[in-house]
Amino acid sequence: MSVSAPKPKRVNRLGLTMIDYRGEPSTLCSGCGHDAISSQIMKSFYEMGVNPHRVAKMSGIGCSSKTPAYFLSNSHAFNGVHGRMPSLATGAVLANRKLVCIGVSGDGDTVSIGLGQFCHLLRRNVPMIYIIENNGVYGLTKGQFSATADPGSKLKTGVVNDLPPIDCCTLAIEMGCSYVARSYAGDPKQLVPLLQGALSHSGTSMLDVLSPCVTFNNHQGSTKSYRWAKEHEELLHQIDFVPHFEPIETVVYEEGELREVEMHDGSRIRLRKVDRDYNPTDRDAALRMLNETRDSGEFLTGLIYVNPVAENFLDLLNLPDTALAALPQEKLRPGREALEEAMQGLM
Amino acid sequence: MSVQTRPQEDLSPKKPDGEIVNDFSIEVATVNGSGSQSSNNVLMRAIFQMGIPISGKNLFPSNIAGLPTWFTIRASKDGYMARKKEIDILIAMNPETAREDVENLEPGRVVIYNEKLNLSKIRDDLVYYPIPFSNLAGEVVQDARLKKLIANIVYVGSAAELLGIEMAEVELAIAKWFKGKQKAIDLNIQAAHLGAQYIRDNLTKRDPFRVQRMDKTKGKMIIDGNSACALGSMFAGVSVMTWYPITPASSLGEALADYMGRYRIDPETGKATFAIVQAEDELAALGMAIGAGWAGARAMTATSGPGISLMAEFVGLAYFTEVPVVIFNVQRIGPSTGLPTRTSQGDIFSLHYLSHGDTKHVVLFPASVTECFELSIHAFDLAERLQQPVFVASDLDLGMNNWMTDPFDYPEKPLDRGKVLSAEDLERLGEFARYKDVDGDGIPYRTLPGTDHPLAAYFTRGSGHDEQAEYSERPEDYEKLMDRLAKKCETAKKLVPQSVIQYTDGAEIGVIAYGSTDVAMRECQEQLRNEYGIAINYLRIRALPLAEDVKEFVSRCKCAYVVEQNRDGQIGDLIKLEVENDQGKIRKVLHYKGIPIDARFITDQVVACEKGEMESSCR
Ligand SMILES: Cc1ncc(C[n+]2csc(CCOP(=O)(O)OP(=O)(O)O)c2C)c(N)n1
Ligand code: SF4
Ligand SMILES: [Mg+2]
Repeated sequence: MSVSAPKPKRVNRLGLTMIDYRGEPSTLCSGCGHDAISSQIMKSFYEMGVNPHRVAKMSGIGCSSKTPAYFLSNSHAFNGVHGRMPSLATGAVLANRKLVCIGVSGDGDTVSIGLGQFCHLLRRNVPMIYIIENNGVYGLTKGQFSATADPGSKLKTGVVNDLPPIDCCTLAIEMGCSYVARSYAGDPKQLVPLLQGALSHSGTSMLDVLSPCVTFNNHQGSTKSYRWAKEHEELLHQIDFVPHFEPIETVVYEEGELREVEMHDGSRIRLRKVDRDYNPTDRDAALRMLNETRDSGEFLTGLIYVNPVAENFLDLLNLPDTALAALPQEKLRPGREALEEAMQGLM
Repeated sequence: MSVQTRPQEDLSPKKPDGEIVNDFSIEVATVNGSGSQSSNNVLMRAIFQMGIPISGKNLFPSNIAGLPTWFTIRASKDGYMARKKEIDILIAMNPETAREDVENLEPGRVVIYNEKLNLSKIRDDLVYYPIPFSNLAGEVVQDARLKKLIANIVYVGSAAELLGIEMAEVELAIAKWFKGKQKAIDLNIQAAHLGAQYIRDNLTKRDPFRVQRMDKTKGKMIIDGNSACALGSMFAGVSVMTWYPITPASSLGEALADYMGRYRIDPETGKATFAIVQAEDELAALGMAIGAGWAGARAMTATSGPGISLMAEFVGLAYFTEVPVVIFNVQRIGPSTGLPTRTSQGDIFSLHYLSHGDTKHVVLFPASVTECFELSIHAFDLAERLQQPVFVASDLDLGMNNWMTDPFDYPEKPLDRGKVLSAEDLERLGEFARYKDVDGDGIPYRTLPGTDHPLAAYFTRGSGHDEQAEYSERPEDYEKLMDRLAKKCETAKKLVPQSVIQYTDGAEIGVIAYGSTDVAMRECQEQLRNEYGIAINYLRIRALPLAEDVKEFVSRCKCAYVVEQNRDGQIGDLIKLEVENDQGKIRKVLHYKGIPIDARFITDQVVACEKGEMESSCR
């Protein structure tokens, strides 16, 4: 009798399985876009072989901000206060630069209450991934308008929004963000390589991800609904990611068909042309493209802007490679001579 | 107890008839931004170098240039450092305030002034020394702007000559201030000499105030409280400091940046062992500090009242999630912008109970620059030991003014990093529950993000959680958690710096004070004893939550005067909560003018109250 060997478990380069990247069961509404994004986070962290114990999951307050509980249970997490996750994340990264920091926020958390901290995080180019799960409403407080709500959209109570929305990507580029992407919760093929690219970036990676709220903003006419995203998605390019630990295969493309961006850690992002030739390292072109597609009502997705060599905040501060949190007392408390000398100047 | 009446003829502390040596105050009235800071410092240091204890206080407006500002130097052979109520020597440089400044003087006092101001007409019971400052300055420099600056050092020379301060000390003080800028040193020395020469050539001394060399400042140094807090923080091993500029706390961050740049660059790598970040506001400043504290760095921020208000939500988060962080509050007058350049102890309630829900925070009250240094170090140990925010509450008077002190002792106690479990610890223990009270002291164990062990990770959340740090809305879980935090507060009472208590033989009444009020209290005790024959017991609070010793002190006294620099007697009320049966013994002595409290004020209030005269002010 022949016994067939058990099917080998699929593992990543650390020997971990997908299960090691799982979180608690979600308590969000079934069908919520946020859960789809959590799945893509697990997948990309698994595929990149990120050690979960090195990850710090940060979030503010909102349905979106709850999601760090639903992925990577083996990682530390800090669910802070509304709109202030950027400062908590900045502090955590300052204390321990070895952490792989991922922040999850909502449109309300980021561009309503948290607009200031968000902008300053981007200005500083703090090394972290910042995901906005953008649904155009405050999900958790039952559907009020956020600062990305569509003009003219109507609440169940009949209240109409008449203020213009803030475009997170345009804002991010203006603020100096060095990795700006837009995607859609229902497009794992695009979201996973964008997340992997973000994992290999040395500064702030901002991903504005349309994430439909099935309970409060998935209705006909909403520009944050599944249907609208599917119908209006305009791919900037087809995106592939080649991690630094995998051999680079040579693929032959026609002239002008492929752009490659080499990331900080040696990984490569490959962008294949769809309709237009687009250079994501050109900041002005990126802003122009965002403006044009906004006016034409297209939902532009892809890697909109990247500057893989921008200096990050930690280097700017001349921090050592060791985490500040790991420095021993000898490095933290200067010697007697230092106190003597400092006081001598005051005598 | 009978209260002696102060002899009538002694109403002004000492009549300026005989010589008054090493016991006077100088007030320099100038215009903000006129560059008098260097001159005032030189004058103060020169007296200090003559061996006489000094303190220097800057009473300045919230303005960059143009508004009146006063700098007072107190020389006190007895070492009293509080503000002295009476001004003995006025140096009147500001035409705008000159009349009022002169009118406020007690009879017999001295006015050194710019000749052009014609002040001697105002009153005839003062000693006037008119000096043509700008003409004299004109002999050194021609440029109009420089002339203004140099005129300041001319008055230093004149005052030195009148008081008998040796010119060599003035020169030394100038050289010290201008550190190696030879041209400035030369110009200033020249101008000071002109000021002195003018006195010798044209005026005769007619006042009793004099400086005579002593040896009471040998080995001492002069430092402001903010610099002392900064030094303390550096030696406490702070590695993440975040801040947003606000008077009177800005100079704490600036001093720290300066010290860290000098002493905390790793000589081996040339890298900084710290991050100092000027945040976009106080919310972000505290958020960063909390993030850093959570991730295992010693983290702090420094602010004043308005910043504390902005930090309220985050403080609640840190309290509830049990994250260590040190917050310096250099108090100023509120509410709102209040008087941003004036001192206060008005944030006691807001600090102790900051945020929403049931909170109770640890607050330390340094009373001197030495304690600014020592309690800063203590604060970081406490924050990590207790895993919660710890406030250090100083004030503008302590923080921004100049204080003479003995050198600080090098901290011998190693850093206490609190209950942190490493991967090896976890391996040994085989279990970990973030919010479990393992030791019965209310303080749980924590792990730091990045710890390489399958048990290490936990979820930090501002929402309800159980011992495992899992989300929970169960009534029992919440109640249990709050009870543990209350227990932690009991533990804190034993760990915080205890009160400093002094019982005096035969004393029946007690006085309680804290923070910068202490310097006035030392002098007040002498006044009460020498002038009125009143002996007091004195308790100085050094921290909240109030230690048990306060209760006992009140029970042992006939009554307890609580002296504070705020309107409502905030600590007094907290004491009342503690001493249920003795509440009637608490009397409040309250000073809330924005200028530092002085001994005479306290003495007068206590005496009046003891005589039954001042029910209303001794609330
Ligand atoms: C200081 C403060 N104000 C208000 C709230 C209430 N609140 C909780 S979540 C939320 C909005 C969240 O919206 P968003 O970030 O878009 O997240 P979503 O639920 O849509 O994913 C608000 C207003 C709060 N928690 N804290
Ligand atoms: S309310 Fe909306 S955002 Fe919140 S969980 Fe439900 S679907 Fe998602
Ligand atoms: Mg939302």
